[in-house]
Amino acid sequence: MTAALERVDTGRPAAPARGRSRARTRHRLTVLAFLAPAITGFVLFFGYPLVATVVFSFTRYDLINPPEFVGLANYLFMLDDPLFLTSIYNTLWLVVVVTISRVVFALGVASVIARLRSGVGLIRTLCYLPSLAPPVAATLVFFLVMRPNGGPLDTALGWFGLQGPLWFSDPDWAKPGLAVILLWVSGDLVIILLAAVLDVPQEQYEAAELDGAGALRRWWHITLPTISPVLLFGVVNSVIVALQLFTQAVVAGSAGSGAADVTGNTRNLGFPDNSTLTFPVWLYTQGFRYFDMGYAAAMATVLFVVSFAATAVLVQRMRRSSHQEEGGSGA
Amino acid sequence: MTETLPAPPAPAGAPQRRSRDARGVLDWVALHSIGLALGLMFALPVLFVLLTAVMGDDEAFTSALWPSEWHWENFALAFEKAPLLKYLGNSLLYSLLATAGMLLSSIPAAYALAKLRWRGRDAVFLLVVGAMMLPPQVVAVPLYDTWSSLGLTGTLWPLIAPYFLFDAFSVFLLRQFVLTIPQSYVDAARVDGCGEFQAMVRIVVPMARPGIAATSLFCFLYTWNDYFGPLLYTGERPDQWTLSLALASFKSLHQVQWNLAMAVTLLIMIPAIVLFAFAQRSFVRGITFTGVKG
Repeated sequence: MTAALERVDTGRPAAPARGRSRARTRHRLTVLAFLAPAITGFVLFFGYPLVATVVFSFTRYDLINPPEFVGLANYLFMLDDPLFLTSIYNTLWLVVVVTISRVVFALGVASVIARLRSGVGLIRTLCYLPSLAPPVAATLVFFLVMRPNGGPLDTALGWFGLQGPLWFSDPDWAKPGLAVILLWVSGDLVIILLAAVLDVPQEQYEAAELDGAGALRRWWHITLPTISPVLLFGVVNSVIVALQLFTQAVVAGSAGSGAADVTGNTRNLGFPDNSTLTFPVWLYTQGFRYFDMGYAAAMATVLFVVSFAATAVLVQRMRRSSHQEEGGSGA
Repeated sequence: MTETLPAPPAPAGAPQRRSRDARGVLDWVALHSIGLALGLMFALPVLFVLLTAVMGDDEAFTSALWPSEWHWENFALAFEKAPLLKYLGNSLLYSLLATAGMLLSSIPAAYALAKLRWRGRDAVFLLVVGAMMLPPQVVAVPLYDTWSSLGLTGTLWPLIAPYFLFDAFSVFLLRQFVLTIPQSYVDAARVDGCGEFQAMVRIVVPMARPGIAATSLFCFLYTWNDYFGPLLYTGERPDQWTLSLALASFKSLHQVQWNLAMAVTLLIMIPAIVLFAFAQRSFVRGITFTGVKG
């Protein structure tokens, strides 16, 4: 942030005419005035806490006694903390499964909607609305829909002679259950991909059709490459969604344990058998239930490094495309 | 076997065209069946919530899908069992103040990022994107520490206050909308002697109204749906709980059955449904902007 601002302040080399340089100073002050709240907010709520998180990560701090420097102890402790490793495994599992399933599912739904002739508006609405539902509500709904022994999904599977899994009561199926919830609320990504699919120039399809390419081949050779920048956005966005998965895991865990009590006790976090103990849930537990702020800050630093890497991929792509845009339109 | 092989490209004869039409109809039916199935898949869980919400206490956790008796009084009963109005007030306080603060702080920032020319603008915009993607848990420890030393933990203010200075997602989304306003309008205003502030208020704000609406909707719903923030700061203070936070422990805390829990679940989804019904176009345009226009 500061690096970018310094460039604003120093600006270009001084202009010969004094009037022009005064106008330039005024322009700079105008820009600063427009950005003043945002700069203050960025420094207070992102700049400072990012630095402070790293500093806290080298301390032992319980919020009451002053922080005590402990060097790398918090990071070394991670290797001895079995639940830390469990939470890493859970979150990595979710990153891989959620990213792949969410992007593939949303792309599939968008491709179907793009080809519909009637009912597009209705189906688009139905598919988008769940993504606006509060995560707590969506999780409780699916906890009920997917519950074994008489839940609607279980009943529906029964019609086909299938036996559904125990979902949020089974350590092996709780995470897939979370992934299903995230598919139900992936309508925002569907809308984004649908817009991209509809944006593909029609002439390209017509040319390919003349060359005798079937629908599938057209989709593979034209649609997919054209929308690949938006797909990249979908992948990065899904990685971030999965990395910070907290609410659904906490609510599903506490509902599954039968005690939907999320405040004041830790016994139902991660239920069943720590299978829903995601990285942010363990970070929250360490920092704000056990008040081991130093350790939580160390985990936050790890989370920052990983999410920064994911964001950097997207930002890199945006930087390239914004340069192209500027070169093309001259704006 | 030979019949099922695809016909070689040949001059379109009458019989071939007929088979092609038949295939088109089949494709149409198949495609629309899939579309219908998808729509149902997204809609049925909500229907299930409604049906469960009006079931009797004994029926709600059984395999019954359709209520034998319709207990519409469940919605009123939920208000008796828990201080829902209190939670509703807290939710509205958080969502409305945050949205108001966001508008005050984000519109000028978006204007500076889209319509003013200055060095480092692209770099600052990338910082906004970076802030937008940052998981809230990363900065939670020092922020909680600061708010705690100010004595403001246990209230919703640590969640509301930042919106009056900076909200990365809103700045990002508004900037995308303001970019679509032709520069010539802003330049014309400047030629007419408007300062930048006037150009923003008189030209850009009215023209960006759909974008401002979409950003406000997203901001309102994000805070309305927020769970991590209220849990972090007000988890120990039930009188400060928002609806989202209260819903998570509603069933066990108030010793009610799933029918009442689902009634509250439905109530908490109402703002999203109502806002969407009134502003579908703004939503769709807004969500499209987050992904397509880099």
